[in-house]
Parts: sequence; C-alpha cells; structure tokens
Amino acid sequence: MLYDLFIAPFAEFEFMRRALAGAFALALGAGPIGVFLMLRRMSLVGDAMAHAILPGAAIGFLIAGLNLFAVAAGGLIAGFVIALAAGLITRATALKEDASLAAFFLISLAVGVTIVSMRGSNIDLLRFLFGSVLALDDATLLLIAANATISQFGLALIFRPLVLECVDPVFLRSVSGAGAWAHIAFLALLVINLVSGFHALGTLLAVGIMMLPAIAARFWARDITTMITIAVATGIVSGYAGLLLSYHTSVPSGPGIILVAGMFYGISVLFGRVDGVVRQLFPGRHLEA
Amino acid sequence: MCKQTKWLQRCLSAIAVFAALLGVRPAPAQEPLKVVATFSILADFVHNVGGDRVAVHALVGANGDVHVYQPTPADAKLVAGAKVVVVNGLGYEGWLDRLIRASATKLKPIVASEGIKPRRSSGHGHDHGHSHGQFDPHAWQSVANAKIYVINIRNALIAADPAGKPAYEANAAAYLAKLEALEREVRQTAARIPPERRRIVTSHDSFGYFAEAYGLEMLAAQGVSTGTQPSAKEIAALIRQIKARKIGGVFMENITDPRLIERIAKETGARIGGVLYSDALTAPDGPAPTYIDLIRHNIRMLAAALVG
Repeated sequence: MLYDLFIAPFAEFEFMRRALAGAFALALGAGPIGVFLMLRRMSLVGDAMAHAILPGAAIGFLIAGLNLFAVAAGGLIAGFVIALAAGLITRATALKEDASLAAFFLISLAVGVTIVSMRGSNIDLLRFLFGSVLALDDATLLLIAANATISQFGLALIFRPLVLECVDPVFLRSVSGAGAWAHIAFLALLVINLVSGFHALGTLLAVGIMMLPAIAARFWARDITTMITIAVATGIVSGYAGLLLSYHTSVPSGPGIILVAGMFYGISVLFGRVDGVVRQLFPGRHLEA
Repeated sequence: MCKQTKWLQRCLSAIAVFAALLGVRPAPAQEPLKVVATFSILADFVHNVGGDRVAVHALVGANGDVHVYQPTPADAKLVAGAKVVVVNGLGYEGWLDRLIRASATKLKPIVASEGIKPRRSSGHGHDHGHSHGQFDPHAWQSVANAKIYVINIRNALIAADPAGKPAYEANAAAYLAKLEALEREVRQTAARIPPERRRIVTSHDSFGYFAEAYGLEMLAAQGVSTGTQPSAKEIAALIRQIKARKIGGVFMENITDPRLIERIAKETGARIGGVLYSDALTAPDGPAPTYIDLIRHNIRMLAAALVG
C-alpha cells in the first residue's frame, strides 16, 4: 500500500526517475542561491533574471532550432550580459541594483518578444515558459546536473566574501576588493541555475524552486549554513512530493512541485521556529518546553 | 389581376437584375479579392481555388498553433479589410468571436466545414479543460472532408466575386481532381498496413477523422488540445496503455514537445515514426508546405514505420 503510493511510480516508470533526478539536482543547485538572494533582499532579482534569459534562449532557438546547446548557450549569454551590465551600472552609478536590473530585463524582454513575433511561430517558446520535467533526455539531465555541480563549487569558492557582503558590505569593501567579483560570480551562478531550471520547470517556475524553499528555511534557522541545508532539503522533498502529486492527481508536474514548495512555505510562515506567526503569538508556551 | 401580378413580377425582376449588375460592377482593374483564412491549411485551399484572383492571408501561419493563438490588432485590421473571411468552425477558433467584434466587420465568416459529418470529441476519460466542445474540429484530416471544404470555399468566392465564377469553378474542379487522386493514394497505402499494427500514438489528438476514414486507431499522448501541460499521471497511463495494447508506432507532431514522445517511445520500445503534421502547414522548404503534401507526407510516414 505505502509502496504503491510512494515508491511504485518511480520503480515502474523511467520518466519518473529522470524527473526526480532532475528535480533533486535543481534543488541542490538552486537552494543555496535562493538563500543568498533572500538574505541580500534580492528575492525578486531571480524573477527578473529569468525574464532576461528568455530572449537569449529564444534567439538561440531561432538560430539553431530546438538544440539544447544553442538554447542553453543563448540563455547563458543573455543572462550573463544582463547580470554583468546591471552589476557594473550599480557599482558605477547611483542606481540601485533592483532598478538597473528592472531596466535591463524589461529591455531584453521587449527585444525577445519582438524577435519571436518576427519569426511568427511561438509554440516552442511556450515550452521554455512552462518547461517539461517529464521529458528530460540524457543531454538535458546532464546539463542540469553539471550546472548544479558548478553551482556548488562556485558557491564554495565565493562563500566567505558573499556572507560578509550580506552582513557588512562596507567592512568588506574596506578590507578587500573581492566584494564586487564575488557579487558578479554570484550573479553568474544565478544565471546558470535559471538556465537549468527552465529546461525542467520553465523560466517562470524555475524561480519557484529557488526562492520558496529558501524563504521557508528562513523560518527555521538563524545561521546561514543551517538555512541552506534546510532550503536544499525542502527543495528535494518538494520535488519528490510534487511528482507524486502529479502522478496521483494529474496536476501538471512543474506546478505540482512548486505547489508543494509553496505549502512548505505556508507551514513555515505559520509554525516556523524563528519568528513564525504562532511562535510570535504564543511565545510563553514554547518557552516552557 | 393575374396579368397585373405578372407585370409587377417582371418589373421587379428587371429591377433586381439591374441592381445586381450595379452591385457587381467588376472591381477596378485587377484588384485581387482580399480573403482572410484563420490558419494555413484553409489559406492553402483558398489559394488553390482562387488562384491569382484572390490575395489570401492566414491569421495563424505555417507551424503556428491555432489553440494558443492570440489575435493582434493587426489581425483585426486584416479582418476588417477582407471581403471574405474563411474559418474552420466546429469550435476550432475559440478566439474568433472576439476578433470579429474587434474588427467591426459586417461580414459573416464562411464556415468551411459546413456540411461535413462531425465526429464526437474523444475525451480519453478525463477532461483537459481546454477542449473545443463536443465535436472534433480537425475535419480536414480526411480528404473527403477537404473536398467539402473546397466546395464551400468555391461557393463563397463566387458569391463575393461573381465575375470570377468561371475561373473559380475551373480551379476548384482541377483541385478536386487532385484531391480525388490523393484520396486513392492514401487508401491504397493505408490498406498495406497490417491489421495488427494499426494502433498508433501521436502527440496531439487531431487525427480522429484521418484514423476513422482510413481504418487506423490513433491514441493521443496529450489529449485533444495542445494548450495543456501533461501530468505524470497521464503520461504513466499512456505508457501503460502502450505496453498493454500492441502499439505499432509513436509519432511526433510539429507542435508539441518531441522530447516527451521520445521518452515514451524509449520507455515502451514502440517505434518512433517521425513527424506527422496536423494543424499547420510547414514553411515552403519544409516537408508539408501544402495540404496535399501534408496528407501525402503523413501517410508515407505511417507506411514507412508500420509496413513490413
């Protein structure tokens, strides 16, 4: 009975196992990025970047057709260009990061939509918007896994300056010039994760598996390591439970995964150990324990 | 009394003839009749019947998907400027009413599928939320229906441009003869497919008329409409279905995710038969730039995978 409910779908169908592997890799890569985005008050930057990637992917698609490499490369290049340009302008002028990103992603989105309209066929681009976690072939799965690996190692390299910049950017700037580079590297990692994400979940929902677990984790931990661990775990459980939800109730898979993550977020807001609603309303009861 | 009525009748008919003559004064030198068709296959029919006398524009062009099409202001302008608007009907163009209203045109669209025997939609036991209503609209997939489409379009063009009647009739007759030959070819080819291989899976459930007309059974990977995302449950059910029943082949279409079909084929061991075209023609350099090419391409693909 329990076997039928929780394990049989993955034992019987390879596409379920592939989807699960893809979701795990995404959660591993995107979770830590999400935590940093949240701590740096850049939660919506991920969304903006996802939009900025779409036109690049579209150009790649228009040039080379539905070629994984062309689409991924187009998305990466567009994302890097936008991230770099926005980051540089933030450092060089008085503009805040969110403002310069907003400007860039709107421009690139408009350019992308124009290109797509000129071509006239929009159906394949819908796939980028919604993704297809159930249709992961070897190449896509490898791309997602490779990106998750790069993301892990990259984050390990820039972890210290990144944390410092979250806590005390002025201090970091006074002792070292690493802050700017760490910041740009971080944006690059963000782009890499979004590019993997849109193959599985589409550009819109890729941000969901990045941000929702991270925000949920915020309600359970105060230190960043625990927060990242919880975020990754939440992402993995969301992927697994979302696929099961899609398998048993015919909810589309991508939204299913994000819905489960959203549920974790709701539970965390209410019952979270750190500043959760219930905890704030009834502090005494918890202190007794 | 009787005499008077007769005289009155004659007088009236003379007026009618005169009025008709006034109304149909030939258009100023060679101005082609502006026709708007909702999608590429209808436009191909119109082009074949109208020849040089018409300028036809398809709202949803080659490789486009009518299901997810969003009308633009430019399209409303085209519709407003058209002398004839040809639609498929059977609930295929859900966005049509809004477009007609937006264009403020007085024209009543010509329903090309009028007079065909509609097929009930084959809901696969679950509702996809984006169905076309109770009938399957993809009637052009049977060549016999396509002939009715062509006759309807011919009549509409004659009504809008009576001066071109001889040309339209000649064009339509020639095209209908071609369709006749096409249908014979399809029937002969379909007959060569062995009975145990006649079950096929496609990525989009729009071959109902084709399957019915030529004795095949086509199961959909993704329900009636391309506008919805498949859930894991549906894919799992389909894979079980393919494994349980003997499925000859799995065919991809130009408008839904080919990776999904590949995955299913890999998991079930069914043969992948290449791309079948259903709702849209391809660009001129593609394998299905005209309706006749499209049907011929499809039946050859099927035969190549399933015969022998």
